[in-house]
Amino acid sequence: MDIGQILVNGLVLGALYACLAVGFSLVWGVLNVINMLHGSFIVLGGYLTFFAWHSFGIHPLVSLPFVALLLFGIGYLVQYLFVNKVVTAPVLTTLTLTFGLDMILYNIMTVFFSATPRRVTLDLGTLSFFGITMPVDRLFGMALALALTGLLYYVMRKSRIGRAIVAVRMDRAAATLMGIRVNHIYAITFGVGALMAGAAGAIFAMVFPITTNLTGMYIGKAFVVCVIGGLGSVPGALVGGLALGLIESISGHFFGPQHSLTVGFLVMLFILLVKPTGLVGKRGYE
Amino acid sequence: MITRTGLILFAIWVVILATTPLHADNYIVRTAIMISMYSVLALSWNFIGGFTGYPSFATVAFFGLGAYVGAIAQRNGVPMVVAWMLATIVVGAFAAALGSILLRLKGHYFAIGSIAVVEVCRLVISSWRSVTGGGDGLNIPLLRWSPDDVAIFFLMVMLVLMIIVFALNAFVSRHRLGFGLHCIRQNEDAADMVGINTTLYKVIAFTLSALFVGTAGAAYASWVGYIDPTDSFSILMTVKVPVMVLLGGAGTVLGPVIGAASFVVLEEIFWSNFLDWNRAILGMVIVFLIFFLPGGLLRVSFRKVRDRLKGREGVAT
Repeated sequence: MDIGQILVNGLVLGALYACLAVGFSLVWGVLNVINMLHGSFIVLGGYLTFFAWHSFGIHPLVSLPFVALLLFGIGYLVQYLFVNKVVTAPVLTTLTLTFGLDMILYNIMTVFFSATPRRVTLDLGTLSFFGITMPVDRLFGMALALALTGLLYYVMRKSRIGRAIVAVRMDRAAATLMGIRVNHIYAITFGVGALMAGAAGAIFAMVFPITTNLTGMYIGKAFVVCVIGGLGSVPGALVGGLALGLIESISGHFFGPQHSLTVGFLVMLFILLVKPTGLVGKRGYE
Repeated sequence: MITRTGLILFAIWVVILATTPLHADNYIVRTAIMISMYSVLALSWNFIGGFTGYPSFATVAFFGLGAYVGAIAQRNGVPMVVAWMLATIVVGAFAAALGSILLRLKGHYFAIGSIAVVEVCRLVISSWRSVTGGGDGLNIPLLRWSPDDVAIFFLMVMLVLMIIVFALNAFVSRHRLGFGLHCIRQNEDAADMVGINTTLYKVIAFTLSALFVGTAGAAYASWVGYIDPTDSFSILMTVKVPVMVLLGGAGTVLGPVIGAASFVVLEEIFWSNFLDWNRAILGMVIVFLIFFLPGGLLRVSFRKVRDRLKGREGVAT
């Protein structure tokens, strides 16, 4: 396999990882909560997309906005009803709480959807250019992932809500004094995190088989992406995602695919120790 | 600190667990072994998570590593008890080395770093086929005794481990080490300023949190006779142990024992009655715990509960 193919594989994977992690990163950065529910949100998004396609013949592109909005609602409620009550508590409390909620959601999904791997097959064929081969659905997923991540960036920069989220992230007390309803913003941020997870799940269902057993793996990827890129910003997640995609495809080529995950985690530990703010993170923001 | 009453309660509890083989069936004895084993894990975690306040999720890495070191040593002809000691030493050294690197991180970063350690251990063990058997797991030579004797033997082993770690907890909580760890939990910078060697103290706490978990892992491997990477490094177990300590009361000596016992019993009940929903029910227990028992069972004011039951709500205590 030549180097071009490896790089393209890595970038395609990386774009998907960026989309997967950006919501997680936002919640971590703004709320200071490690959201263990994120993996289950992704799988839920994927399952909903799959069943809309499989049972009702709805194209994933059509169902994606609805799935994402539904997950926004779920995320908003989870934050508003549960996480908000302990949002200032130590890490252990919030992490354990979201883990407990994740166990409930995981169990519900396994009972209702079963753990069979499922995938939306669009059969778009493959594309070849300069000796590089790539399935079209994967390229399509990458474009969609990048578009969504870009859209989130735009919303965070330009909209009132986005500016409020950034303000709360910078200084909670000052944001309160400026008349921002912090609890509302927290719930919206958590909702946006879930929305991005749902959208990522919908894209993943078009590219890879999706099953409840993958929730742990998705969370792991989100950790690595956040730490490598830097917390709580869209560019951070994008850089981290692309970096992880490249690391995995390059190390998979040289050491064998079974080691690519290990290398990802080792790079993450290294970055944690050397530059905890991540590649593009700013000091004092963590 | 532990009171005389606490010590007596613990002694009674040990006697209850130790006498289960005399009057109960093997299922109860097995539950007693699990309770003692998880007590070892929870009491060990208490050093780093309870006293020092560092949210470590690495316990299961030490457990799995201990299980694998013990299993590999036993398969190569090392006698069982020597293999357990070897596992203890290897895991202790691993934790000390890891701690001096990882403990530079704080809060969320430390939590994530410790989870990453578990993942790396699991991945390395599952891909290092020639030594660890990879995903197929390892078989360990079983003891050629009657099943009853084996159960009694491992119950005693786990109980002895539990007593050792309990004594260590009680000792540390009175010692200047415990005091220093308490200072670190409250304000690490201030602790550093008043002359506590925070790095050393944290590394000691981290090593203590690993040492006997390694022994317990090795003993567990000898007991069940088969280990594999998914079971030995399970992500569920990573969170179970802190939850047990939170359930009982973090930073106390008796709390982890109470938490481990109640958690194992609850889990057994849920497994046997709600096979499809046991995970969700455990999740609900966790959510309930966070909202209604934030200080653990030990912090429940029984006087208040009694007053409320008698309808004397609002009486000053």
